Amino acid sequence: MKFTDTIFNGIIKENPTFVLLLGLCPTLGTTGSAMTALSMGLATTSVLVCSNCAISAIKNLVPDKVRIPAFIVVIASFVTILQLLMKAYLPALDKSLGIFIPLIVVNCILLGRAEAFASRNSVILSLADGIGIGAGFTIALTLLGSVRELLGSGRIFNLEIFPETFGSLIFILAPGAFIALGLLIALFNFIRNGRTS
Amino acid sequence: MKKLESNLINMTLSLGLITVSAGLALSAVYSVTEIPIAQAETKAKTEAISNVLPQFDNDPIADMTEVKIADIDGVFKIYPSFLNGEMTGAAVESFSHDGFSGTIVIIFGFSNDGDIIDYRVLQHAETPGLGEKMGQWFKDETGSRSIIGRNMLNDDLRVTKDGGEIDGITAATITSRAFLGSLDNAYKALQIYIQQQNHEIH
Amino acid sequence: MKLTISGSPHIHSGRTTSGDMWRVVIALIPAFIAGLYFFGIGAAIVCATSVATCVLTEYLITRFMLKRPSTIKDGSAVITGILLAMNLPSNIPFWIVIIGAVFSIAIVKMAFGGLGCNIFNPAIAGRVFLLISFPMQMTSWPLPVVNQWNYTDAATGATILSKIKLGEMATEQFDIVSKTLGEAGGSIGEISFAAIIVGFIFLLVTKTIKWYIPVSIVATAAFFSLLVGGNPIIEVMSGGLLLGAVFMATDYVTSPMTKGGMFFYGIMIGLITIIIRHWGVYPEGVSFAILIMNGFTPLINRMFKPTLYGKRRAVGA
Repeated sequence: MKFTDTIFNGIIKENPTFVLLLGLCPTLGTTGSAMTALSMGLATTSVLVCSNCAISAIKNLVPDKVRIPAFIVVIASFVTILQLLMKAYLPALDKSLGIFIPLIVVNCILLGRAEAFASRNSVILSLADGIGIGAGFTIALTLLGSVRELLGSGRIFNLEIFPETFGSLIFILAPGAFIALGLLIALFNFIRNGRTS
Repeated sequence: MKKLESNLINMTLSLGLITVSAGLALSAVYSVTEIPIAQAETKAKTEAISNVLPQFDNDPIADMTEVKIADIDGVFKIYPSFLNGEMTGAAVESFSHDGFSGTIVIIFGFSNDGDIIDYRVLQHAETPGLGEKMGQWFKDETGSRSIIGRNMLNDDLRVTKDGGEIDGITAATITSRAFLGSLDNAYKALQIYIQQQNHEIH
Repeated sequence: MKLTISGSPHIHSGRTTSGDMWRVVIALIPAFIAGLYFFGIGAAIVCATSVATCVLTEYLITRFMLKRPSTIKDGSAVITGILLAMNLPSNIPFWIVIIGAVFSIAIVKMAFGGLGCNIFNPAIAGRVFLLISFPMQMTSWPLPVVNQWNYTDAATGATILSKIKLGEMATEQFDIVSKTLGEAGGSIGEISFAAIIVGFIFLLVTKTIKWYIPVSIVATAAFFSLLVGGNPIIEVMSGGLLLGAVFMATDYVTSPMTKGGMFFYGIMIGLITIIIRHWGVYPEGVSFAILIMNGFTPLINRMFKPTLYGKRRAVGA
């Protein structure tokens, strides 16, 4: 039961985007369209799962004072592996996500989970946490990406819902990202807590 | 198992071990992906060029030549296309420094007799919703926007505001002028290239 | 006796918030009439839609989301509606006006806490929101034609500022007289310089606003435009500079409270406007300048603390 609990914790109670407000830079930067948002979420999740498991596996071999450098080396290695694999087999995706792939290294979510969870729990649970937080992140990103793409260009996943001329361009740009994210965070927390304060 | 104590030996050993393992893993993945990455990159480049070129049986990228135009800062890249030994056209990677927010880089495909086959915008920093529309605007059949199929020698390819035949982007005149300017540069570069080729043959 | 501690002001001068608000509405009437005269029915439609949407949005939010009595009677929603419309081209489709108005009231004003708590001027923020969202529709300015009945298909032309930016118009060709009365292209509100001045004088006479902010904005803008080689008279008379200086930069909630603060605020707005106009992407900079300085107002209020009556030094210095 703890396994599934951990997963759902990452999606709802400790949703990295709507509750923990971590990793907002890639959140705002890659959610111009639903497709890039989804890809970014999946890319981050794969790194998160691998790094959580690896760090949990070596947690007893890492002296306390050097744990941060150790975690970063692990995370950076997995991100580099991901990038090499993407450049080789998914080049179009690599191009559209651009610099945000290497930036996964500094995404607070990964270091944060390594420190808060993976270094203190078993490998199995760390795997669950990686899946849960990753899923929460991916869902949040895809939601934001869909909203921004819909309001900004009238499409979702490139399917036209309404003509592009009615699209409010600002949502594809940075200011609209902030506004849309703010509104979604408000909505998410309102649904969770059920009251306006 | 208790956590390791943070003394110098343990820290050095631990970090050393982790970094060596990481290094090994990375070199393994690198050697596996080295070839597919190179292949993917050439494929992308060829695709971009073949989209704007007529039929060819040569390797335009291998035959790429750089050309300079007097007074313009930068190099134009000519990717010629040959069919059965005859030149059928060329793709020109052209640019203009007169964009609204800086340099724009566009690749144009020309046929032998100066017809415009297609174009693709490679790089720009123009205003979204305005100048950015040049990616699609000049292929649009509405009104007098499209440059596709027009001829460099016969048609006056400037904005209507300046007396030409092309409808510029609404509220983005500067970008439109820069775009058509880079088209003009592209053809000039192509003609310089052709002259150079003829010189070499004789 | 109960002693209460509260921030300034402490003496009630008999003026109410709504009294001031309605005085601003009156001051806007000349500019609005000029807009109607030169842009015809488009001006009327845009203005009506804007005001109606602003008032309705505020009413719905206060009554149904916040479950409080509605605040629409204080006139601030009406002002936001009018000011937003004054900044728009008269041929803009009404659904865009609605989107802008809802954004201004719901997000810029109510989400920050309602009247008195908003950081940014709702009308200007709404205009900038629309400018970035719909750049094509927001930059096609109709030509002024007297007795106009065309709405969205009014003939459009470039404004003076965009012509200067394109390098199409030599600055000497500018005809000052026609611009004063209102004959070059522009937004509904900025079209007649004279009408805005009339409103400004009314506001000064009724002591609704102080002269510090508008004058420092205009003076700074003129000075710096001379410095960078522009024509100060054109700069001041176009791009909604005067409209912004008189009606939007002077908004009580979003501008500094003290004399020194107001001067600093005005000077910075003038400076930023010229910088954006000459080196920025958009041909007009007042809206952005005002928004930027709105953000600094809390800081300015802390820098320029009011002196306590009877003391020489500033409070907290």
